[in-house]
Amino acid sequence: MTGGAVARASAVVFVAAMLQAVIVSSLVIGGGAPDLLLIVVISVGLLRGSIPGAMYGFAAGLVVDLLTLDTLGITSLVLTLAGFWAGRYVETTGRGRRLAPLVAVGVITVLAAAFAYVLHYMLGAEVVARHALVISLAPTLLLNLLLALPVYSLVRASVREPDRLERSPEVEVLV
Amino acid sequence: MTVRRTPTTTLSSRGGGPLRRRLAVGCLVLLSLILITLSFRSGDDGQLSGVHSAGSTVLKPFAVGFERLAQPFRDAYEWTDSLLAARSEAERLRIENRELRQRAIQSEFALQENDYLRALQDYIDGPRFPGDFEPISAEVIGRPAGAFTQAIVIAAGSRNGVRVNDPVVTADGLVGLVTRIAPRTARVQLLTDQGAAVSAVNLPTRAEGIVRHARGTRETLVLDRVRKRDVIKVGDDVVTAGWRASGLSSLYPKGIPIGEVSSVGQTDTDLFQQVQVDPYVDFGSLDAVLVLVPLERPS
Repeated sequence: MTGGAVARASAVVFVAAMLQAVIVSSLVIGGGAPDLLLIVVISVGLLRGSIPGAMYGFAAGLVVDLLTLDTLGITSLVLTLAGFWAGRYVETTGRGRRLAPLVAVGVITVLAAAFAYVLHYMLGAEVVARHALVISLAPTLLLNLLLALPVYSLVRASVREPDRLERSPEVEVLV
Repeated sequence: MTVRRTPTTTLSSRGGGPLRRRLAVGCLVLLSLILITLSFRSGDDGQLSGVHSAGSTVLKPFAVGFERLAQPFRDAYEWTDSLLAARSEAERLRIENRELRQRAIQSEFALQENDYLRALQDYIDGPRFPGDFEPISAEVIGRPAGAFTQAIVIAAGSRNGVRVNDPVVTADGLVGLVTRIAPRTARVQLLTDQGAAVSAVNLPTRAEGIVRHARGTRETLVLDRVRKRDVIKVGDDVVTAGWRASGLSSLYPKGIPIGEVSSVGQTDTDLFQQVQVDPYVDFGSLDAVLVLVPLERPS
């Protein structure tokens, strides 16, 4: 990634982290709130690969944990793995698939919720599994899927850099 | 003639080799685990409290900025939402207003009588709400995500005199308790959090119980541990009990409104009644709160 792309991606992730912590978390619809930050981290992972996905996920989680005075590292760990998985998915099987953002957001939303539940449970939080994994997760999953493609397009427009992947493939004529 | 495409760079090659990839993600996961361990074990005064304080102080202006930016949209949504229910709400409030006027007169009379009797008896009382507290108003600047915690972050901290365990209210009623503190921000555990519990009384009958979060729902409370012989009716007001015994006392002063009883039930097998409480505070749309700072802190 070039310096400009890194700066743009950092700005996008930072704004998403602030929006998530300040506004989006309170937009509870049908018992769950969308996770804009997760979608942005997944999008970065899909667009830039597993290592940048993991790094931006870690940084975004740290910003949220610092701002909300939460136990440091929990959101970072969840988002690090989310960004990494998204990157690995597109590096292996999902590359070139139009619905890759939808599939990644859908699967990773469920996995991230389950992983976060286990983490909180291990740290002694009193969380009802039915509430965390059914009542709250179902609307969150639906909202995340609705937001997946628009957010992915926005992130792609923001972090795009002219590289060989996005240029037309060169064609060599052999006579 | 043969046409051949030159190979393009793949994300796989751009993402580094397998070793580099594993090393990078391994380091980040390890760092996260170290942060969790240190943060979890050290609590509010540990090694990471400085990092927490500095981080939240740096991020606070951004959070306030974003909050201000979102406020007009939030107001517009709430205005539209309230407009839909305005007519029926107005009629309900008119009836309620008549009832409350009657009650206010009776309460004023009882208050005067109570003050007179207290003076007569030299009665020593615990801290009372709101007289023995200085309210500090604070903007809500953050809401942790997920179904795991019900909390808010407010723009007032230790520099404003706020301490851990200070109660937090709005004009409608009890919101929760300060659980973490930074110089300029504080985290408030909402009453709807799984870990929150408040000793409370049913105002008309003085039936005691513990208000806690109803399992499986987001914003419903239950008044737990109410004896079967106590009389509780739908519509009764539930307020904080503010008990004091053997040198210990409730973190909440008595008399803070919590909610209204929405349903009462009991079964033969249960030891206690099942009382559901509809909170007065709308926890989903908290914009500003009051932190009740005691005028005299116990040493």
